[in-house]
Amino acid sequence: MSGNNIQQITGYAVPLLGDDIDTDQILPARYMKTVSFSGIGKYLFYDHRFDQDAKEKSHILNEKSFKKASILLVNKNFGCGSSREHAPQALYDYGFRAIIGESFAEIFAGNCLMLGIPTLTLTEEKIRKLQEEVQLNSTLTLSIEINTLTVNIGPSVYNGSMPKTFQESLLSGMWDSIGLLLSAREKIEQTVQSLPYLNNFIKEVDV
Amino acid sequence: MSKNLFNTIWDQHTIRKLPTGQDQIFIGLHLIHEVTSPQAFQMLRDRNLSVLYPKQTFATIDHIVPTEHQKQRPYNDRQAETMAQAIERNTKDFGVTFFSIDSPRHGIVHVIGPELGLTQPGMTIACGDSHTSTHGAFGAIAMGIGTSQVRDVLASQCLALNRPKVRKIEIKGKPPKGIYAKDIILKIIADLTVKGGIGYAYEYSGQTIEYLSMEARMTICNMSIEGGARMGYINPDEKTFAYLQKKEYSPKNDAFERAKKYWLSIASKKDAEYDDITHIDIQDLAPRLTWGIHPGQGISIEENIPSPQAFSAKERNAVEHALTHMRFKSGETLRGKKIDVAFIGSCTNGRLSDLREAAKILKGNKISPSVRSIAVPGSQDIAHQAEEEGIADIFRQSGFQWREAGCSMCLAMNPDKLEGHQLCASTSNRNFIGRQGSPEGRTILMSPAMVAAAALAGEIVDIRKQEDSNHEWK
Repeated sequence: MSGNNIQQITGYAVPLLGDDIDTDQILPARYMKTVSFSGIGKYLFYDHRFDQDAKEKSHILNEKSFKKASILLVNKNFGCGSSREHAPQALYDYGFRAIIGESFAEIFAGNCLMLGIPTLTLTEEKIRKLQEEVQLNSTLTLSIEINTLTVNIGPSVYNGSMPKTFQESLLSGMWDSIGLLLSAREKIEQTVQSLPYLNNFIKEVDV
Repeated sequence: MSKNLFNTIWDQHTIRKLPTGQDQIFIGLHLIHEVTSPQAFQMLRDRNLSVLYPKQTFATIDHIVPTEHQKQRPYNDRQAETMAQAIERNTKDFGVTFFSIDSPRHGIVHVIGPELGLTQPGMTIACGDSHTSTHGAFGAIAMGIGTSQVRDVLASQCLALNRPKVRKIEIKGKPPKGIYAKDIILKIIADLTVKGGIGYAYEYSGQTIEYLSMEARMTICNMSIEGGARMGYINPDEKTFAYLQKKEYSPKNDAFERAKKYWLSIASKKDAEYDDITHIDIQDLAPRLTWGIHPGQGISIEENIPSPQAFSAKERNAVEHALTHMRFKSGETLRGKKIDVAFIGSCTNGRLSDLREAAKILKGNKISPSVRSIAVPGSQDIAHQAEEEGIADIFRQSGFQWREAGCSMCLAMNPDKLEGHQLCASTSNRNFIGRQGSPEGRTILMSPAMVAAAALAGEIVDIRKQEDSNHEWK
């Protein structure tokens, strides 16, 4: 059991400027009162996109020219705060298939990987240039090559990075980890038999 | 050079290196709650999987429960009722122990784990909540996970993880009068920034940590994630063992003696290796508060709100945005700011020692009539002890609303919310925009004693000016 191999993501992009955008901004807690993730995308950045009467506010995601975007361009420490997977689920449900940024909060990036959403990092200067390029022309198609960790847009090429383990997971489809983890059933049971706290502290282990 | 506690535990729990290069890590204790688990159980059903070791998972309900009349069902909020029913059904169907609202063991997930002795040194602990780092106070590797990972732990008792680096934060100095664990961690986050901990586990050590109570240590570890560190821990010592002795799920008698020996053996030694070491001296620390919209935007009560010009050009917009939201001006002091709401509670500061410190300030005094003041014990057991000790009455007599256990106003997934642009003095962990339930709401993070003092005065005051101020230096 594993997910699809993810080699390349292609689509339009939208720049979302700012550091430290937390998961409470991405998906406010009140929209987590649900037992499923279905349809959660409509609450993405809700308080940024809508006022209290549910009328659209001025926000880049509300701009017609960026409505079709499937790649989000962000800055530093994107997705900090709560561990809620509701945030990447909302991004996915809304239509985002990859995020490019300067840095990502750790739990958030891990949650994205579990959904097969690549989180690619570019240096501060490169991400700013890329954001500017897209800001000027929203009709440019952007493609991310997972194998080379490059971003192609028009004639420009940006080299990015990603933890090797994330890259391997995406390329092999093993980002959907459950089958992989369960294939070590025997070793898991051995660990259960050997951990001191699961064995009344009788077992000795090398420390 | 020897291995630090983190790497010792990590290695012991490594099942194998995965083809992706990640480590497959066994999770010894899995805690779940109603918000991040229902989708995980659904994923199990969709894939026809069961829970591999149901005895290693414990459930509670904390985020959505009302803090008044919480045993009255169905809940007025239909979504909350649906979530309550989901966790009841899921834990029953999959054979997981559930500390329901009717159990005296019920409370906030990060409060009851330690309280019941489920949390122990040497464990790997995971929960679909970023404040799982709290449990690291016992010398465990404890981390927040997403819902697909909750599914992985339920099905396989394992996670696919990258090994983080370990940064030792050596803290020295005796906390001055009026200074608490909350002040220390807010200072650390302000110094190391909210992103400084990305890719790291934090080991808090040094003279200050040794002297702090277990409850104070939990407050420190709790907010590791606010500094970007997914995990934060403290090496186990005699205080840890004294806390765990005779807890319901702690090892008993001879086993406890064997456990102590083992727990000591895994603690980081003097020659332990780290990827990074940083030092902090809290000798002259003054009470800390946040002025902005993330926990790193903080100052001491003596300082003035910084000017955007004090930041680098690229940070200025964010600082201006924060000041606009908070309706504060640079150069102002926070002293004298009128507050609308006082909130004492949460997995950060909802334990008995927090309530005791606040009660010392409140005793014999009345809160300002203009401040809506709410105290929420972290668990039913804490609520019970607070009644026994007379603390609950002190809160009530001061004018505080004394509530039932839950996450309450920390994240407003329940009826406790800010309204409009109310300013809240809060013992919780996040001052993010909208966090306390109103998109215009404003949060200032501080210690329980500072919140109690602000509730009395109706405005932010310096706790050190209060006669009864005490601290956890025991």
